[in-house]
Amino acid sequence: MSMLDDGPDWNFQLLEQYDAEISALAKRFKLDTYPNQIEVITAEQMMDAYASIGMPINYSHWSFGKKFIHTEQNYKRGFMGLAYEIVINSDPCIAYLMEENTVTMQALVIAHACYGHNSFFKNNYLFKTWTDASAIIDYLVFAKGYVAKCEIKHGVEAVEHTLDACHALMNYGVDRYKRPPSLSIEEEKHRQEEREKYLQSQVNDLWRTLPKGEKTIHKERLHFPPEPEENILYFIEKHAPLLEPWQRELVRIVRKVSQYFYPQKQTQVMNEGWATFWHYHLLNTLYDEGKVSDRFMLEFLQSHTGVVAQPDYNSQYFSGINPYALGFNMFMDIKRYCESPTPEDKEWFGDLAGSNWLDTLHFAMQNFKDESFISQFLSPKIMRDFRLFAIEDDSSKPFINVSAIHDEIGYKQIREQLSAQYNLSNLEPNIQIYKVDFRGDRSLTLRYYPQQGKPLATSKEEVLKHLHHLWKFDVHLEQQNSDGSVVKLSSCCSESSAA
Amino acid sequence: MSHFIDRRPNGKGKSTVNRQRFIRRYKQQIKRSVADAIGNRSVTDIESGEQITIPKRDVSEPLFHTGKGGSQRRVLPGNDQFAKGDKIKRPPQGGGQGSGEGDASNSGEGEDDFVFSLSKDEYLDILFDGLELPNLKKTTVDSSTEFETFRAGYQTEGIPSNLDIVRSLKGAVARKIAMTSGSRKELKQLEEEYQQLLKDPHHDQAKLLKLEDDIEHLKQRIAKVPFIDTFDLRFRNYEKRPVPSSQAVMFCLMDVSGSMDQATKDIAKRFYILLYLFLTARYDNVEVVYIRHHTQAKEVDEHTFFYSQETGGTIVSSALKAMHQIVKDRYDPAEWNIYAAQASDGDNWSDDSPLCRDLLEKELMPLTRFYAYIEITTRDHQSLWREYQKVSATWENFVCKHIVTVDDILPVFRELFSTNAEMRT
Repeated sequence: MSMLDDGPDWNFQLLEQYDAEISALAKRFKLDTYPNQIEVITAEQMMDAYASIGMPINYSHWSFGKKFIHTEQNYKRGFMGLAYEIVINSDPCIAYLMEENTVTMQALVIAHACYGHNSFFKNNYLFKTWTDASAIIDYLVFAKGYVAKCEIKHGVEAVEHTLDACHALMNYGVDRYKRPPSLSIEEEKHRQEEREKYLQSQVNDLWRTLPKGEKTIHKERLHFPPEPEENILYFIEKHAPLLEPWQRELVRIVRKVSQYFYPQKQTQVMNEGWATFWHYHLLNTLYDEGKVSDRFMLEFLQSHTGVVAQPDYNSQYFSGINPYALGFNMFMDIKRYCESPTPEDKEWFGDLAGSNWLDTLHFAMQNFKDESFISQFLSPKIMRDFRLFAIEDDSSKPFINVSAIHDEIGYKQIREQLSAQYNLSNLEPNIQIYKVDFRGDRSLTLRYYPQQGKPLATSKEEVLKHLHHLWKFDVHLEQQNSDGSVVKLSSCCSESSAA
Repeated sequence: MSHFIDRRPNGKGKSTVNRQRFIRRYKQQIKRSVADAIGNRSVTDIESGEQITIPKRDVSEPLFHTGKGGSQRRVLPGNDQFAKGDKIKRPPQGGGQGSGEGDASNSGEGEDDFVFSLSKDEYLDILFDGLELPNLKKTTVDSSTEFETFRAGYQTEGIPSNLDIVRSLKGAVARKIAMTSGSRKELKQLEEEYQQLLKDPHHDQAKLLKLEDDIEHLKQRIAKVPFIDTFDLRFRNYEKRPVPSSQAVMFCLMDVSGSMDQATKDIAKRFYILLYLFLTARYDNVEVVYIRHHTQAKEVDEHTFFYSQETGGTIVSSALKAMHQIVKDRYDPAEWNIYAAQASDGDNWSDDSPLCRDLLEKELMPLTRFYAYIEITTRDHQSLWREYQKVSATWENFVCKHIVTVDDILPVFRELFSTNAEMRT
């Protein structure tokens, strides 16, 4: 086929041609994707999408308005550019293209989002386990309708207050370890049987009148919940004593949305790295096959280079490790040590070095998250290229200590530490529901388990107020130190008991 | 496999609801910011919205996150000088090195303000929340007022272009049904009879023929009722009704004698801005006439009005006369809603004050919708205030208010135009 038109203006016909070419290549590289729904939108619509956390539809809340105003203000003043695309983990996979993009950029975005991100969404184990791509849009439609109905019934303010409280605890609304059950018909039947069994046990008078053992009552009084609960919103939804049914449903909505985004938080490096690797690879292959022009390639490379740039720690542009840069380079590096491994790679990766690169890449994409991906696949070469070094900032000491650099003795430690940096439980303070005084004043006690002695920030007071709004009885927050000692941090008490 | 959709025609504004929610939630802060901003505007500058500033901590959403302290470990890129075991001095607080991790961004934010702009409409809405124009009598309807055309039912005569086909046919169908109902009933009866006769093996041939004849006759009668008749035609009817004039003129009267300093004028200016904005929110077309006076009155432009300094005594009646003359010349009260706002520090040539009252009561008050007098002074009231008090006792649309500092303006203004009429004195 002859060369594709390189624009710079695009039209739908041209986009379809590019998409067809890229799609054919993607198949050759075994990229398994959801069907694509590619939507062209304006900059203003892009800002709308930004504001509703990237989703095409969401319930109404002032905080989205705040985010919109903030984005609009920054954009208008030229403080920030808008992303070229937004892609949604749904089936079909919805991707937004901005109308301002040139055809090169559109092609880049199609390769990046519609084949890179899309295949990641479909195949990564976290997304497969935790999200239901075919249901999310329907669920959000339901959520929007439900919130609107509640607003009519119970007033905008009451709904807003409850949602505020839920948003404050949003990060604590996810199941981290339990796999959510997928409700199949069998499961549904099983539950139904269980309910029947339960009813049966209730009718049995003999069973009902049997005295309970002293011990069990005592035990119950001692501790509820029996194990600390980390999903605070779930606990509230199920156990808050005075919540109205509609409030429980709101808690559930926020919890579900939070759960949906949970995998994205944990796979930023991998997801962006994967998508960037593939747009780079797909467009380069197009060029090798003579389907795109030099002009196209130069524009693409300029943009690509900007995306994967990693400023040094002392640069004024530095704002942490760029997930695009780290992810892209790691995937490129895996390809390198599969194709032409050095003795060092052989020592570090064993059989992995020298294996089929495409299979290894797919394996890595499917079965890891950022934390495990880094601890498994980060090679010394990347550490040298990035010139990584680890620091230890202990507030009790006057100096920051450089604990490891990119050398023989430091590689392992840097890899370990970088991996930990992407461990969500290191990023978000570990706070769990410790106990409820069910037979006493119904107060709720949370426990904070600090890591490396990091204290909680002062915002905890405000969050406790929100939690109190949901629980409606006293709420206490304690800190359990590594030596086992427990310190009381803060409480939020009902007005009546405070007076 | 891929499906392209052009969403651009869908329009923006998906976030409008959320934006309104935000504004509603922070109405108090926004109101305060709007009130502060009033002083920096030109009287007729209403095209722009307003920059609103809200302290960031007010709009923040709290989350649990870790604070400073403890031992923090990080991996950084771009090592250019360090070896294992090096000790680095802590960079000064808030200096160069941004914290890159997701969790640090919350604590890293300074107490910057949250700045955004309100659109013109949002701005006016907030500024005049709960206010209403006083004494909004319908302008007397005479030949010179504007008319608007509106639909007013149907009529049986009219021009073809106004013919309402559906309505006409509805009538025609009804007429047809009504006019043929008797015949159809008869027809049905005869047909039944005919059928029965046919079944009878010994039927009378003559009777059968007669029946056939009758049926045929009835059918023709039914067919003769016309499908549509001139009687059925209905034409859309339009009528004109007078609309109250949608234009207003606002007279700004100000004393520029030596006793009025720039601070006092600034206060007056803010009052004028408010009134102007308020009027523009309600009228399509608002003109402003500036009349300044010391011993003589003169119509001037805005800049001269506010910023040129004059000296000399004060004769307020000169301004009232000038206003009356301008109204007579240019603003026919039948077409214009006339508003006036007068600002002064209360100084007047004492012989002149009764004359002012006379002028107002006899000439101006019958013409104006509303006349506001604000006295900006820290001293005791003088003769002008007392005379004006008398005017306000008899004229409901005349109001005097006393303003001491800038902060009084918005409250006084709100009091003047508050929806609750009893609040007005």
